[in-house]
Amino acid sequence: MDKAINKKSYEFNKISARSNIIINLIFILICILFIAPLILVLMVSFSSKQSLDAYGYQFWPAGFDITAYTYIFRYSSDLTNAYGNSILVTGVGSIASTAIIALYAYPLSRNNFAHRNGFAFFAFFTTIFGGGLVPWVFVYSQFLKINNSLLILIMPYLVNAWWIIIMRTFMKQSVPEELVEAARIDGAGEFRTFFSVALPLCKAGLATIFLFCLVKFWNDYYLSLVFITNRHLYTIQYYLYSMLDGINYLLTNSNVPADARRNLPSEAARMALAVIAVGPVIFTYPFFRRFFVKGLIIGAVKG
Amino acid sequence: MAVKQSVSNIGIGVKSTRKIKVREKSKGARKRNMAFYLMLLPGVLILLINNYFPMIGVLIPFKDYSYKVDQGFFGSLFSSPFVGFKNFEFLFTSADCFSATVNTIVYNVVFIALDLIVPIAFAICMSEMWSQKRSNTYQTLMFLPYFISWVAVSYVAYAFFCNAGFIDKQVLPLFGIKSVDFYSRPEFWPANIIFFHLWHYTGYNIIIYIAALSGISTEYYEAAALDGATKWQQVRYVTLPMLKTTAVILTLLAVGRIFNGDFDLFYNVPKNVSQLYSTTSILDTFVYNQLINLGDVGMSAAAGLYQAVVGCVIVFICNFVVKRVDSDSALF
Repeated sequence: MDKAINKKSYEFNKISARSNIIINLIFILICILFIAPLILVLMVSFSSKQSLDAYGYQFWPAGFDITAYTYIFRYSSDLTNAYGNSILVTGVGSIASTAIIALYAYPLSRNNFAHRNGFAFFAFFTTIFGGGLVPWVFVYSQFLKINNSLLILIMPYLVNAWWIIIMRTFMKQSVPEELVEAARIDGAGEFRTFFSVALPLCKAGLATIFLFCLVKFWNDYYLSLVFITNRHLYTIQYYLYSMLDGINYLLTNSNVPADARRNLPSEAARMALAVIAVGPVIFTYPFFRRFFVKGLIIGAVKG
Repeated sequence: MAVKQSVSNIGIGVKSTRKIKVREKSKGARKRNMAFYLMLLPGVLILLINNYFPMIGVLIPFKDYSYKVDQGFFGSLFSSPFVGFKNFEFLFTSADCFSATVNTIVYNVVFIALDLIVPIAFAICMSEMWSQKRSNTYQTLMFLPYFISWVAVSYVAYAFFCNAGFIDKQVLPLFGIKSVDFYSRPEFWPANIIFFHLWHYTGYNIIIYIAALSGISTEYYEAAALDGATKWQQVRYVTLPMLKTTAVILTLLAVGRIFNGDFDLFYNVPKNVSQLYSTTSILDTFVYNQLINLGDVGMSAAAGLYQAVVGCVIVFICNFVVKRVDSDSALF
């Protein structure tokens, strides 16, 4: 009964059919505008060399061709290496980062931890003031001396104050104080309580942080840009970055036979690399979207 | 509130009476605090190394820093001779730093305005749509660019603006214009950068505002409609006032970061081409280029410190303002 009334009143307050169609049309146009740039890159990667030379980049290339991809896969052992580095860094980094953030956020979410505000500020202060780029680079390259190692691609992103705050908010909401006290009375230590009571209750929060970490580590090029000079340590994004000003490396690589170098569809090959680098994110995005949305909303409520 | 009440009823963990507090301290509190400190330890270590050690480096711009291998970073830092404010004199007399500062602030002001107007307009339209399913599809598509890596975005921009690019070969001929070399013409880039900013962040901002919209009870709209309010009036007098808190907080957060540019956007989209610096150089890219490409440690460190200090002051001012307006949403 109640529902029926609600539904009726909702219907009478709807926008008109005409406005609905206009709004939908506008959004279809906007979505096309948002997706078109990605489609262009995809299409160029499938264009033939002749078509690119004659007509430039097109949404519907005059000639289709997959040689760009076959060239890349045949001659680029670097690509697999870079992909491997990215997977390693992303996997280890995301797991470590989620663990450290959860461990840091849990005491902050507990009302009976006296110094919770102090430690919260210790993390939060880093978002207000920082030493700047130069000392940050020097601490890693001259004090710890871990530049040109895979560790440097992980360590600087392990802790993020915003994610700690999001995780703390999430824990406060989803772990009832009574349950924690009950575990304590039953004789569980703090670590036991954390692992067996708190963590299972905030799976959704952990998943959100983990997914944000995955995207951050996978998409990162900045740490490589600043710290990495060794080709064997390139990640896929930095490999892509190094190709932006010409695919020369592929061309000068001695593994590639001379005639293959001459015919290399370099423009298409570069776009194909871009497709390969963002592919995993785009394919997994539809499955993970709701977690991101959830995390964003938690973060926005008390950012 | 309810949680607090029940906890105090069983007399644990709350400073309700002196007796309980004393008993607690003597028994489990120390052990529990040890456990908490252990949990905090990895995070504290990383924060120390990544964020607090570099703060000691604010001395670098006041020194003639040179790295000596046998002394390490801190040894070299403390043994380098003081040069006073010389680096800052160079910095503040350089035209590049001035234009980077202006660019940073002007772009951020434009971004703040657009990030306020565009996502709110889109979110309101989406929530009025008849079909929730369609609205979700649009949201999904518009959120997608947020996950594209910035290096890939530079390829996207390149596909449009390079010499064989889509605009040069497909669009300009339609208007009878001959080829334009975008990567040497700075006047085109403000528009490009604003487009890619909106492209990347609008989906993200829409979701935040949709969440805020879904918190508004439909009863307000029904009451307004019964009183004869049109849709426009409902938006004007119900939706916008209800969104005010979210909008104010997000805007003030952005204002607090007005001195921090979006390095990823400004470095990748114009490919860090030096002919474009007049419209694409911001403080963050300026600091980076001084250090990595020019190797000028003193200048780069001075610019970094200048940015950090002014940025910090602005955050404190913003927080002070927020406290006055709405003390619950203050950051600290």
